[in-house]
Amino acid sequence: MTFDWNWEFAFEILPRLLRATINTLIAAGVGYGIAMILGLVFALALRSSGRLPRTLLREVLEFIRSTPLVVQIFFIFYVGPQVGITLSPWVAGMIAIGLHYSAYLAEVYRAGIEAVPRGQWESCRALNLTTRDSYVRIILPQALPHAVPGMGNYLVGIFKDTPMLSVIGVTELMQAANSIGSETYRFLEPYTLVGLIFLALSLPTAGLVRLGERRLRRKLGL
Amino acid sequence: MWEFLQTYGPRLLDGALVTCAQFILAALVACVAALAAGLGRLSSLWPVRSLSVVYIELFRGTSLLVQLYWIFFVLPLFGISLPKFEAGFLSVGLNVGAYGAEIVRGAIQAVPRGQWEAGYALSMSPAKRMRRIILPQALVLMLPPWGNLMIELLKGTALVALIAVPDLMFVAKQINGATFRSAEAFGAALLVYYLLARVLITPAMRGLERAMARRLGRA
Repeated sequence: MTFDWNWEFAFEILPRLLRATINTLIAAGVGYGIAMILGLVFALALRSSGRLPRTLLREVLEFIRSTPLVVQIFFIFYVGPQVGITLSPWVAGMIAIGLHYSAYLAEVYRAGIEAVPRGQWESCRALNLTTRDSYVRIILPQALPHAVPGMGNYLVGIFKDTPMLSVIGVTELMQAANSIGSETYRFLEPYTLVGLIFLALSLPTAGLVRLGERRLRRKLGL
Repeated sequence: MWEFLQTYGPRLLDGALVTCAQFILAALVACVAALAAGLGRLSSLWPVRSLSVVYIELFRGTSLLVQLYWIFFVLPLFGISLPKFEAGFLSVGLNVGAYGAEIVRGAIQAVPRGQWEAGYALSMSPAKRMRRIILPQALVLMLPPWGNLMIELLKGTALVALIAVPDLMFVAKQINGATFRSAEAFGAALLVYYLLARVLITPAMRGLERAMARRLGRA
């Protein structure tokens, strides 16, 4: 084989790849939604409960963060049936990616919450707010701006990790390119186009995140 | 569980050794690429600067898996055929190197202005100033984020299994395919990755941080 870029072939497969891109975006969005909610739960759990559960949870999150996402995806997909829960590739993939990134987002939230001045907690106490009210009405709204830059970075990160879902057969961008490759024995166009689509989506998003971060910093007077 | 380890332990160990080899080689590639691109981005020559920016944005803007497949399946069409083992650690190293380049750049820029001016006042050449004054101080600043990056690199090496490099993840997948004992196979792999990260890489990086700080007389 030699290098021969075929424009006709490239345009022929582009619609199929773009359709798969929508699935990639859905996967990233759903995964991120799960990660945002779970991450907040973990972050709050890390702050509240007793010493033993806290250490245990911290170790579990450390474990999730320092082991490869692909292995976690395989683990969840294949171990489910072994214990009697059969998960579809989509469900298993979303759980794996959501859980993986929730461990990162928990750290981001924790740092945000810790950035809220002590005085705010003391005022809550002084105003006799319940713990729930203190978090929901006073602390979290102030913690969020500190967490936004980190959250943005992990949004881009989760988007770039979605190709790993192809290993269990989720029909996203990488999977589409793989099946085009195995149907036509042409790898140059599909893989190059996938790379370009990723660049076209992630560079502007990363730029927006950076812009938003700068604007937020100015607003907060940092 | 015990007999599972007795039967498959040696194979998992072989896989873990391949993972370690991939990790070390990829880390070397990442260090070289990060230093070159990080310094290149600060160069006063625009071709060097733009080349570094293109490298950094290209590798940070796309997925590691896409890069791995591209290097393994597409690069041969350009006449550069890499065996899977080399393609594996090169992709992982180049990917992590792009992130590392930004750390290198940030650390160099974070060295106080006075240090640059002092080097200038002693009429050091720019190269000598960088090598003797700026880089050693920047190194101390960049080590903590490099520690995190090394964990990411270890995780990245798991992907080389997808181009059939027989690493830990590949072995786990094979055992799973042959026995359907998924919990044991993937569980053991996860545990080994965790131990590598927690017992080897993190303490090694901490030790390096302390040693560097001591050499600069800051500890």
